[in-house]
Amino acid sequence: MNRRNTFAFTRRVLEQLRRDPRTVALLLAVPCVLEVLLQQLFGRNSAVFQEVGTPLLGLFPFITMFLVTSITMLRERTSGTLERLMTMPLHKIDILAGYGIAFALVAVVQATLVSVVAFGFLGLETAGPKWLVVVLAVANAVLGSTLGLFVSAFAETEFQAVQFMPAVVLPQILLCGLFVPRDQMATWLRVISYLLPLTYAFDALARTASNQLDGRFALDVAVVAGCIVLAVVLGAATLRRQTE
Amino acid sequence: MTAPAVRVEDLRVVRGGVTVLPGLSCQVAKGSVTGLLGPSGSGKSTLIRAIVGVQRVAGGVVDVLGVPAGSPRLRGSIGYMTQAPSVYGDLTVRENLSFFARVLAQPSGEIDRVLADVSLEAFAGRIVSTLSGGERARVSLGAALLGTPDLLVLDEPTVGLDPVLRSDLWQLFRRLAERGATLLVSSHVMDEADRCDALLLLREGRLLAQEAPDQLRARTGADNLEEAFLRLVEDEA
Repeated sequence: MNRRNTFAFTRRVLEQLRRDPRTVALLLAVPCVLEVLLQQLFGRNSAVFQEVGTPLLGLFPFITMFLVTSITMLRERTSGTLERLMTMPLHKIDILAGYGIAFALVAVVQATLVSVVAFGFLGLETAGPKWLVVVLAVANAVLGSTLGLFVSAFAETEFQAVQFMPAVVLPQILLCGLFVPRDQMATWLRVISYLLPLTYAFDALARTASNQLDGRFALDVAVVAGCIVLAVVLGAATLRRQTE
Repeated sequence: MTAPAVRVEDLRVVRGGVTVLPGLSCQVAKGSVTGLLGPSGSGKSTLIRAIVGVQRVAGGVVDVLGVPAGSPRLRGSIGYMTQAPSVYGDLTVRENLSFFARVLAQPSGEIDRVLADVSLEAFAGRIVSTLSGGERARVSLGAALLGTPDLLVLDEPTVGLDPVLRSDLWQLFRRLAERGATLLVSSHVMDEADRCDALLLLREGRLLAQEAPDQLRARTGADNLEEAFLRLVEDEA
C-alpha cells in the first residue's frame, strides 16, 4: 500500500462528492429524517423507537455507502478510467483503501449528525457510550463500501448496480434481528442469519444500546472486521489488470 | 540498429470466443511516430490494449521497451489514451489532471505544461462533463502526457476534432517524438497517415502492410494512401 496513491483516491472521491451537493445533502439528511419519522410514528418513549433507533442509526451508513461505492466503482470500470489506472504505478489495495477512507470520512459526518439529532433532540437513549455507536456506524460504512465495491464487478449497468441494494442489503436487514429476534426465527432462517455480516453489526449495536459490552460484543466486532477484510480481498480479486 | 520500442510476435487474442488477432507480428521503432490504421473493428484497439498490458492474450510475445508488456516496471513509462475519454466527468479539467499526476508522482507544474500542450489552459476550471467531445478527448490525452512517458499509445486521439486542432495535435506528436518519445497513434482516417514515419495497416486482425507512407505509395503505385489501402485489400483477395 502506498500512502500517496491512497490519498490521491481519497481526495478524488471527496472532490467528486463535493461537486455533487445534492448527493451529499441526501446522504446527510435522509438518515435524520428517517429517525424523526420513527420517533413520530411510535412515540418518543415507545419501546420500538428506543430499541430500533440505535441499531438503525448504526446501519444507515452501511446501506448508503454500499450504494454510493458500487455506483462510483461501476463508473470507474465502465468509463475506462480503471483501465487507464491499471497501466499506472499503483497497487490495487491503494484503490480499495482510498475508497474506504473517503467513504469512512463521509460516514463519520453522517453518523455524527444523525447521532446529534437522535440523542440530542429526539430523546433516543442508549445505555452504552454514544461515541461507540458512531464508531460502529463508521465500521459498518466501511463494510458497506467494500461489499459495494466487490458487488460492482457483477453489474454491467447502473440499473443493475442499484438492484443489488435490495438483493444484497434487504435480506440482511430482514434477518439481522431488527424485525424479529433471532431466537424466534425458524431454524433455517436463523442459520442463514448467522452467515450474514449485518447480523453481527446489528448485534454489536444492540449490545451497545443495552450496555452489554461482553465477550459476545467482542465477537460481533471481530466478525465485522473479518468481513471487511474478506470483502477487501474479494474486491481486490475483481480489479483485474488484464481483461478479455 | 537500436531495439524497437514495441515488438509483437505472433500475437493471438480471443475475445468472447471470437479470434480478434489470429497471429499478428509487428514492430514500432524507437523515437518514431507510428500510425496504426485500419477500419473500425480491424483489431486496432485490441492490439493497443495488448501493448499497454491490459488485454488478456491467448498466445505470442509482446515486448515493450525491452520487457514483456504489462510488467510492473513499465507502469509510469507508458502514456495510454483509451478510445473513449477515460476521465472523470464530474471533476474539473485541473482536478482530473491533478489526480492522475498524484498517482504518477508528478509535480503540479506538470499539469500546467500538459494543459498548454493540449491547448486547454482556458478550460482548466471547467467541469469535464460540460465540455464538448473533442475537448474531453484532449483532457484524456493530457492525462496520458503527464510525466513525459517514453512510450505514448494513443487510441484515436483526433476523432471529432476540427482540422486546425488536429493539425496542432499532430505537430505536438512530432515535437514529442523529437524529444525522444515513441508514439503509436491509431486512426481510421487515412489522411492522417501521411503525418507518420511508419504505418501499420490492419484489416480483420491481420497486418496488410508495415512501412513508411512513401514506400507504401511506391509499392502499390497509388497516389494517395486511401487508394494504396484499397489495392492492398484487392491483392489479398
